[in-house]
Amino acid sequence: MRVIIEQAKCCGAGQCVLAAPDIFDQREDDGIVILLQENPSEESRADVLQAIKVCPALAIRLEG
Amino acid sequence: MRTVIVVGGSAAGLAAVQSLRREGYGERILVIGAEPHPPYDRPPLSKGFIANNLPFEHIRLGEQALLDELGAEWLVPARACELDLERRMLRLEADDRLRFDGLVVATGVSPLAFPGPSPHGVYTLRGLDDAEALRTALASAPRVAVIGTGVLGMEFAATARKIGLDVTVIGNAPHPLARQFPAAIGELLAARHREAGVILRLNAPVAGFEETSGHVSGVRLADGEVIPAELALVAIGSKPNVDWLRSSGLPIGDGILCDARCRAAPGVYAAGDVASWWHSGYGARLRIEHRMNATEQAGTAVKNLLGATEDFRPIPFMWSDQHDVKLQSYGVFPASGEMEIEGDMASGRFVALCHHQGRVVGALGWNAAKTLRQSRMRLAEAMEDIRLDEPTLTFA
Ligand SMILES: Cc1cc2nc3c(=O)[nH]c(=O)nc-3n(C[C@H](O)[C@H](O)[C@H](O)COP(=O)(O)OP(=O)(O)OC[C@H]3O[C@@H](n4cnc5c(N)ncnc54)[C@H](O)[C@@H]3O)c2cc1C
Ligand code: SF4
Repeated sequence: MRVIIEQAKCCGAGQCVLAAPDIFDQREDDGIVILLQENPSEESRADVLQAIKVCPALAIRLEG
Repeated sequence: MRTVIVVGGSAAGLAAVQSLRREGYGERILVIGAEPHPPYDRPPLSKGFIANNLPFEHIRLGEQALLDELGAEWLVPARACELDLERRMLRLEADDRLRFDGLVVATGVSPLAFPGPSPHGVYTLRGLDDAEALRTALASAPRVAVIGTGVLGMEFAATARKIGLDVTVIGNAPHPLARQFPAAIGELLAARHREAGVILRLNAPVAGFEETSGHVSGVRLADGEVIPAELALVAIGSKPNVDWLRSSGLPIGDGILCDARCRAAPGVYAAGDVASWWHSGYGARLRIEHRMNATEQAGTAVKNLLGATEDFRPIPFMWSDQHDVKLQSYGVFPASGEMEIEGDMASGRFVALCHHQGRVVGALGWNAAKTLRQSRMRLAEAMEDIRLDEPTLTFA
């Protein structure tokens, strides 16, 4: 599976990091999302789906 | 349930549709939305949409493919104008009547207008059409007056300044964001705005507008002074879009008055800016006009509509971008709370904690998004133990 983020839409709420700290991080000052793993293992699927669900900006997608 | 109707096709409305599908509801969903546009995000409207001339695609919420996948019927533009709870019927302005089994109300808020007549060149800002009109008007390089020192007014001032215009912000509060945060934060923000060249007229009630041939030429203060301006933005607050529900028998006050599970009546739920609900964690009634809440609240409201029994107990979250400052906050900031600064306020990066009844109840980050997130846990723990003094709090 492949995680895709759109930094331009991200509002830095950090919800994705709360949901999946192994996959997402934030820039220190403005909180914009940073992708730690583009192709995480299958075990992380539930966490990534949770992050997609809580992201207010709809800035995260999952392919595969 | 054969039909769920969602009234309001924006942040909370779209999140409600997504949650319905995510929770496994496979029957008919009808969305009634007053705006002709597909769902879009409002926060950029006072920021990048104007300052960086962003195209609509940039602020759209969800691509067309995502909307198609959800399989809801979007009736737009269409306005709901009456609710008959007994017959479970919604009447639209066009006089159509629609039957529902479940209803989610997500109609948001509308900006308050300045009392009295407003000449041309006086604007409010809530939707895409407002932002487009403002963007066009700003291109003719007017002097800008902003009335109101809340989040929206201060953001718009920063944006207008960024594109090089003369900007004066006028408000009757002693410092910006006076209703949201303690004075120290507002004062620091005022300093940042002044540094960027924004003129602030605080403790200065507005009396009305001056005009030349029907177009605004200035804002008149209560003491008679006139601030010259060819464009004025009125950002003095908003009112929940509940007028269409007045005859329905739903409990209406400052918004739709819901219980702890976002329920306004059997099978009728509310979410987003329009919803006032009993926050069982804080033991207080809240209504939150912030983006994050629209998504979160729609999620819980929909779960409960489908049979769950979950209280909605979020830690409120908001953010605001002004000049080079990214403000973010979690939790609540009661007027009687005491502030403690972690880090150096002058350094341009710090976290401010708000203490109340011996606990940390609010945390604000000033260019410190990541550090701030780490204080979130403490707020969740404190929620159980504190009681807010105010019966109703509106975060706007
Ligand atoms: C300029 C601007 C900047 C903002 N910036 C930030 C920010 O930086 N951070 C932050 O946290 N929040 C911000 N917000 C707040 C955030 O955008 C709102 O909290 C969010 O949009 C609320 O979503 P909602 O769906 O509840 O309401 P809305 O987005 O207001 O949507 C309600 C929809 O319902 C429609 N409607 C109303 N009445 C009817 C009816 N009778 N029938 C059918 N449809 C109806 C309306 O036309 C509208 O489309 C900002 C808001 C604005 C306007
Ligand atoms: S949850 Fe969404 S908006 Fe928030 S930081 Fe993550 S990607 Fe950005």
